[in-house]
Amino acid sequence: MKISENWLRTLVNPELSRDELAHLLTMAGIEVESIEPVAPVFEKVVVAKVLEVEKHPDADRLNVCRVDAGGEPLQIVCGAPNVYAGAVVPCALEGAVLPGITIRKAKVRGIESFGMLCSAKELGIESDVDGLLLLAQDAPVGQSIREYLDLDDNIFELKLTPNRADCLGALGVAREISAMTGAALNFPQAQEVEARCGDSLPVAVDAKSACPLYLGRVIRGVDASKPSPEWMARRLVRSGIRPKNVLVDVTNYVLLEYGQPLHAFDLAKLSGGIRVRFANESEKIGLLNGDERELGTKNLVIADDKGPVALAGIMGGSESAVSSDTSDIFLEAAFFDPVTMAKGRMVNLSSDSSYRFERGVDFGMTEQAMARATQLILECAGGIAGPVTNVAAQLPSRDPIKLRISRICKILGIGFTKEKVLDIFQNLFSAEDFAKSEKERHSRSTGEDNDVLWITPPTYRFDLKIEEDLVEEVARLYGYDNIPGVTPQASMAMLPSYESSRTLSAVRKLIAARGYLEAIGYAFVDASWEEDFCGNLDPILLKNPIASQMSAMRSSLIGGLVDALAFNLNRKQSRVRLFEIGACFSRAAQGYDQKEMLAGLCYGSAQPEQWAQDARWVDFYDVKSDLEALFFPVTPDFEVCSHPALHPGRSAAVILEGRRVGVIGEIHPKWAQKYDLPRAPVLFEVDLDALQIREIPAFSEISKFPPVRRDIAVLVDEKISAMDMLNACKSVLDNAKVELFDLYRGQGVEAGKKSLAFRVTIQDTQKTLLDAEVDVMISQLIEALEKRFDSKLRV
Amino acid sequence: MNDNPESILKQAEAEFASIDDAAELEQAKARYLGKGGAITELLKGLGKLDPDARKTQGAAINRAKEGVEAALTSRREALAALKLERQLAEEALDVTLPGRGQDVGGIHPVTRTLERIQEIFSSIGFSTASGPEIETDFFNFTALNIPEDHPARAMHDTFYVDDAHLLRTHTSPIQIHYMMSHQPPVKIISPGRVYRVDSDATHSPMFHQVEGLWIDEEVNFTHLKGVVADFLQRFFEKDDLKVRFRPSFFPFTEPSAEIDMGCVFCEGEGCRVCSHTGWLEVGGCGMVHPNVLKHVGWDSEKYLGFAFGMGLDRLAMLRYGVNDLRLFFANDLRFLNQFK
Repeated sequence: MKISENWLRTLVNPELSRDELAHLLTMAGIEVESIEPVAPVFEKVVVAKVLEVEKHPDADRLNVCRVDAGGEPLQIVCGAPNVYAGAVVPCALEGAVLPGITIRKAKVRGIESFGMLCSAKELGIESDVDGLLLLAQDAPVGQSIREYLDLDDNIFELKLTPNRADCLGALGVAREISAMTGAALNFPQAQEVEARCGDSLPVAVDAKSACPLYLGRVIRGVDASKPSPEWMARRLVRSGIRPKNVLVDVTNYVLLEYGQPLHAFDLAKLSGGIRVRFANESEKIGLLNGDERELGTKNLVIADDKGPVALAGIMGGSESAVSSDTSDIFLEAAFFDPVTMAKGRMVNLSSDSSYRFERGVDFGMTEQAMARATQLILECAGGIAGPVTNVAAQLPSRDPIKLRISRICKILGIGFTKEKVLDIFQNLFSAEDFAKSEKERHSRSTGEDNDVLWITPPTYRFDLKIEEDLVEEVARLYGYDNIPGVTPQASMAMLPSYESSRTLSAVRKLIAARGYLEAIGYAFVDASWEEDFCGNLDPILLKNPIASQMSAMRSSLIGGLVDALAFNLNRKQSRVRLFEIGACFSRAAQGYDQKEMLAGLCYGSAQPEQWAQDARWVDFYDVKSDLEALFFPVTPDFEVCSHPALHPGRSAAVILEGRRVGVIGEIHPKWAQKYDLPRAPVLFEVDLDALQIREIPAFSEISKFPPVRRDIAVLVDEKISAMDMLNACKSVLDNAKVELFDLYRGQGVEAGKKSLAFRVTIQDTQKTLLDAEVDVMISQLIEALEKRFDSKLRV
Repeated sequence: MNDNPESILKQAEAEFASIDDAAELEQAKARYLGKGGAITELLKGLGKLDPDARKTQGAAINRAKEGVEAALTSRREALAALKLERQLAEEALDVTLPGRGQDVGGIHPVTRTLERIQEIFSSIGFSTASGPEIETDFFNFTALNIPEDHPARAMHDTFYVDDAHLLRTHTSPIQIHYMMSHQPPVKIISPGRVYRVDSDATHSPMFHQVEGLWIDEEVNFTHLKGVVADFLQRFFEKDDLKVRFRPSFFPFTEPSAEIDMGCVFCEGEGCRVCSHTGWLEVGGCGMVHPNVLKHVGWDSEKYLGFAFGMGLDRLAMLRYGVNDLRLFFANDLRFLNQFK
């Protein structure tokens, strides 16, 4: 909400500078988001009257004017097309400094000029209006323009939290300033206008709980073609509202002043009486903003005998709108229930009125606001008012709230006395509201309990409902700044520490140490990624995605990494190693499951380009080694598998204790092509919890005896997997370490076969092994392999 | 033949000194000490001398022999040293060539920020809790005292998955899950990804928050202020960092406060980053609303607590001087490589 500082100061004027006032409000919870001066700094610009206008002898577009600026008439050359003899305009005198220009006596095409007649743009008060700023004919010639237009003003932009609806009007903000500073509140009390005509409209309120208070009155014979008075138009403009016609301006002005929305209907366009009711299904209304809306039974409307004439509390209908021709009006001031307003909220339809009603309008001021608006209409547009029709039902109650001094101290952590707390509420509430609260209090307290206060919130505070709400008020008025920060004293129990679980942070550091950079992708992805990389034809879709390529909840991190790869390849990166840890989603029996995964992607050379090594493209085994390092010392198995994202001959499932915990492989060539990847990256994706398993080391005796090492090489069919052979070796020699150290194909090995070389290290903890014993073991091993894999020992 | 031991010694010393090769030196040694060497020959001739002369000559020969041996040893050592020196010179590397091997990767700045926050809070006993990102209306709103007609529930703020499920709009529902499965006291931080229908230069539809919750019998507003200030000072490594609370509103806390800290870019002088106010908004906080405690069945008379929430991305931006939120989710190597 925007409000002029000068306006505010007419209501309450503490001895504070502009910045101090803004700080006070901000620290009271009414954040001043920005302070905008109404006009830039300039001096020596006065109200002047153009006395004569003559064409410049040597320039078509220029005029030579004689101008009365309060002293001797001045000769001023002027290029504005709207200059005329008799115009009252701002005039910058010799020596004036305007934004970007200093006014000096000068010759313009040979004619002397002693100043400049100004546009609003030249004064820096409006950005896009050319032509001289024409002032009222009665503007006092010679008066400083700053004074005349009240330019020494600032616009405070307030950012209000939803609980402080009471500050959505100048009165509320002023009341708050008064409470914080003790400065007196000079609020214009509206005088009830005597009814001078008997006309009224019948008002029926069907929806009584949605509209517990409805005031209406007829005003006849207004002249809506008159402009609003300068002071009112100025305050509207400085609050960001463009003046329209005097009737609309007055309702807007009272909305800004009291925070009470009002609406003026053109009486001539209403038929029959007024009825406040919920809309019928599919009922339609054309609105002031040009919208045509179809309504439902949640929408509260003001209707006449023909149908809805306004969306209650939101916007008036176009048909019953007032214009400059209007002479008779029906003026409405009502209280609409915030919850009803919130429920009837319509897409893309919000107004200054609905914003206030949804948050709570002070029903204690509705009558005064009606009086104020009537008074202003009569003042500005003439006319005579009829009596106020008042239809009231059950308004929100304001019950006393129990407030314990001990509770305040406990929550805030500082000491308060009962007197201090009462003081605070006396400052916060008006004298009348406080008296009301005190009366309630005395009727309730029995006197013996010195800890308890009963506080009755005023009608404008919709946010004070429970004890804690009052505690906040106490803290606010006491000043958050005055409450110290204290280092808490608490029990010193240590947090548990689990060595058998690798922390997330440790997992990240491990993979980062192997050259991967952490990426963070969106959890909602293109649905086609789900289909391509996960074979998921029925992804979890958002009902209201921000964009179609961000519509499906990911079930895998692979798509995001492939996308990041493409992004970086487009930016001339040639080697990409990324990982991401994040949640992946799937449907569950009830709701959705979420699993944390870790995925990695490698593209480019196996090692960064360096001087002593030939570049080698990263392959499956490089990445497998990274993955093994992540699991280490746990050693998962790798099994041939098929996965929609991966090359069927170059992918493996990662198996841990019989459970599939992930996949690794080269991306399928068709996806490499579809996603514009010149070569296929190697990817892996594993369950994060599998990576977090960490065995606690258990010491075993170091053998005093030397190990025996034997190497054997066997020829086997290409189809035989190395892992099967290693597992077989282990099952034959359970206390030996068997490592695969060579793979050979080519000369000496027939096609379709491969040679695998194993290094067997045997260690006995009890004795030195004899050669003969080792020989037996090795021949057992060879025999077992022959039997199982039809392998041949290579000699 | 020279039979003067002293001159033989002189000769040997001169010869050894002139030799640069170890094998040659050994050959030269033979010419003095070997079979038929000059010293050996002299010793052989001793027998022919009379006893007096033998004694004198014998002593002289021995002195010469020792001298030759000493000269030999010293030359051997000198040659060995020379050889080593030559080897070392030959083996010298260009130590300025770059090291070989794998690159080091890096951790995302947001994660890095999160890990620091976890570390700082764990130092006063906060553990980390997490929760689902696809939430129900109850956990995301109702349990947090956000009533059904609250504007935040409208489609334009919240991503909906179906009528009953949505993407959590804040990390606060983690509090509820945690409280429902634990008994007081609780002392947790709960970081995570959150989602809102919003996308421009300063808003991302997905971003990160970290929430803190401490509930016990004697936790109050001064503690909240103390802990938040302490945290920000530790996080920014600035003991004199100013922190202020401003009254604010959140449905799940009462009293509530906005957390401002002194601008770390201009030291409070006023700059573009802080909109010339000298202050930066970093989060919200307050005392847990009694309705929240009631929703999880805890006695709000007995237990009090505070909660705070901050934007992880925002903290990361301030900490590392990142000026565009979108960089965090673009996964551009040129950006990620800056965080190692």
